[in-house]
Amino acid sequence: MDHLALPTAMIETPTVLADWVIVLPLVLALLGAALLLMLRQIRHVPALIAGLVVIAIIACEVALLQRIAVEGPLSMTMGKWLPPFGISFTADIFGAGFALAAALVTLIVIIYAEGERGPDERGDGFHALVLLLLAGVTGAFLTGDLFNLYVWFEVMLIASFGLIVTGGRPLQLDGAVKYGFLNFLATTLFLLSLGLIYGLLGTLNMADIIGKATTANPAALTGIAALLLLAFGMKAAAFPLNAWLPASYHTPPAVISALFAGLLTKVGVYALLRALVQLLPASRDILEPALLLVAIATLLIAPLGAIAETNLRRAIGFLVIGGIGAVLAGIALPSEGGVAGAALYVFHAILTMTALYLVAGLIERRTGQRDTRLMGGLYAASTPLSVLFLVLVLATAGVPPFLGFWPKLLLLDAGLQQALAGDWADGVLVLALLANAVLTLIAGSRLWAHVFWRSGAEGASEHETITLRTPGAREQWFGLGASVVLTALIVLAGLWPNLLFEGARTGAADLVDPARYIAAVGLAEATP
Amino acid sequence: MSTIIFRTIAPLIVAIMLMFSVYVCLRGHNEPGGGFIGGLIAASALAIWGMAAGVETARKALWVDPLALAGAGVFAAALSGLASVFTGSPFMTSIWLYLDLGETSVPLSTPMIFDIGVYFVVLGTITSIALALQSGEES
Amino acid sequence: MDYALAVLVGLFIALGVYLLLSRSIIRMLLGVTIFGNGVNLLIFTAGRLTREVAPIVPAGLDQPAGPIANPLPQALILTAIVIGFAMFSFLLVLAYRAYQELDADNTDTMRLAEPEDAPRPPLSY
Repeated sequence: MDHLALPTAMIETPTVLADWVIVLPLVLALLGAALLLMLRQIRHVPALIAGLVVIAIIACEVALLQRIAVEGPLSMTMGKWLPPFGISFTADIFGAGFALAAALVTLIVIIYAEGERGPDERGDGFHALVLLLLAGVTGAFLTGDLFNLYVWFEVMLIASFGLIVTGGRPLQLDGAVKYGFLNFLATTLFLLSLGLIYGLLGTLNMADIIGKATTANPAALTGIAALLLLAFGMKAAAFPLNAWLPASYHTPPAVISALFAGLLTKVGVYALLRALVQLLPASRDILEPALLLVAIATLLIAPLGAIAETNLRRAIGFLVIGGIGAVLAGIALPSEGGVAGAALYVFHAILTMTALYLVAGLIERRTGQRDTRLMGGLYAASTPLSVLFLVLVLATAGVPPFLGFWPKLLLLDAGLQQALAGDWADGVLVLALLANAVLTLIAGSRLWAHVFWRSGAEGASEHETITLRTPGAREQWFGLGASVVLTALIVLAGLWPNLLFEGARTGAADLVDPARYIAAVGLAEATP
Repeated sequence: MSTIIFRTIAPLIVAIMLMFSVYVCLRGHNEPGGGFIGGLIAASALAIWGMAAGVETARKALWVDPLALAGAGVFAAALSGLASVFTGSPFMTSIWLYLDLGETSVPLSTPMIFDIGVYFVVLGTITSIALALQSGEES
Repeated sequence: MDYALAVLVGLFIALGVYLLLSRSIIRMLLGVTIFGNGVNLLIFTAGRLTREVAPIVPAGLDQPAGPIANPLPQALILTAIVIGFAMFSFLLVLAYRAYQELDADNTDTMRLAEPEDAPRPPLSY
């Protein structure tokens, strides 16, 4: 047996210590989750450890984002194997930015939970599961490998399964069955399509796929892209596949709903953005009519659902779906501006949707009700709460000067340019975006008027006021404090959006022209 | 389920299965086996013990909460990946250490620690699921 | 051989989808599992079938002695099986708990989260 001359398969250059910022966030989250799983019976300690771990993760991600802003996308391939063989973690501005937003939201949720959780809930593993969920979400945002993305999706799914049944009330079991089956089916469909990609291209490394997809059979690739659209659309709750979201998000405690609303569907649309815009752009062009149809339907139907709903958190669930429609609109628009708008909307939605659910949780605790028909008169009792909710409703609808306005502006601009160039379907999309803003505003202000403005419950007389629970000091400090901080962040980001704009534009340019992304992984020579 | 034959034979089966699970886990690097399958065998051993002696006895025999075992497993696996920071190589690069014990040399490595971590993750999660299902049946 | 396996994958997925369309949770659970097995078989087929030896480098050599089977699909499937198993066991416990608590194996009668007699939305404002 003579020794064949094999090409090198290992990375020979030593890894710089600073490169570790790309894996540290998720390793820290995993280590923290593991530690808390062991220590979950001890009082107060889990929340403290979870908070410290998330702060460390935020620090790592800020460092990562700074490096990416200066040097462009950053990549690290596991186990010294050369890129298409080893598993790559590759972060660009979008991945790192969303991961940072996710970690921020998680920190807020951990603080908020301190006001809501009683001593009898000790030992249920809440903090361990939250960190595990964050590990899954961060991994999905930072990975550069499709199969690895699938693994992080499943980590996320396992953690969310655990969270949705925390407490174990029958209502939650009902929601968990619907959530569980639909999401498991969606990830299995994703696995199906990545098996087909492997069969067709022989690789699962994202940077490698970009290079090889240009020469592959376009018909087969478009079929796979359609499957990916189905799988990620299901995870993201896009229109025909959205029924699981309002059926399950309102069942667990409000903190958990908030975490889900901020993180889960956003990972779905992020994956769709990366798969269709960056990996398979030719197939995206072919699928554009379908994308437009889904985006328009989601934009219009979701806020109508919110208007017709009487359960507060279910109504907000429909608003979450409406936001997904806006992101899909950005994916359906064939320009860098559209992609930038979609990405900025994801960032906005991670913060705003979480804040909406957190405030909804505070409202439910004050009134002791879940049904908006039984609420009322909260304005007099808690002015700060009513201001928070109004600000968030306006931010969701995209009213300036809040954060939600800027991505809508980018989307409308991109859509109008296409429409003026003679594409009537994009004109319809622009109209749908505007109609969505109006309908969301109607739905949100109706909720606000019902919960806060009127004096009493539905059908009650003018002078009959509702008995409200006075909140404890702990609940005020942690619950209201965390919500105020998050809302302030949304307002401030809306007032000074320059940095976000710049990031969204750079990220969109990298997504549409992935040369820098491929070079970061180290595959520049291999692609034709 | 708790016939006298089953209860008498169960400790024997459980002991052999636990022993075998360690063997399967450790031979896994180059031969069929590994942490996952080893953990499954150990978890089924504990499930059998739960059937024979009752869920409470099985929990006590385990000393620690099964989910804490799973946490320890994840912790060990993540740490084994971090060890390569000291050799200047990327995350999850394996490090090997050959211990010479007289006539044989024992290879110790970070993949082995990872595999032991997987063993405990599988053992912990599957045992807690199996015991939860069994306690549901009893009530 | 590839064609036979492709047909088998199609059958598995068709059966999985058929069972998923059922109202009974246990059937849905079986459907999801069969669907997942079909997908695993698909990855196996996508990795190209060979009648070669296991992809293990013999002791003392730097590279395999002859042609070997593609190891990557095997690693992918192994991961997918492990994850699928974890999901299956969780959903099994969930279905069992739901059966105990809600007394329902039929998704049509599980209406706690989405009440059947949902009230009309208020008309004020």
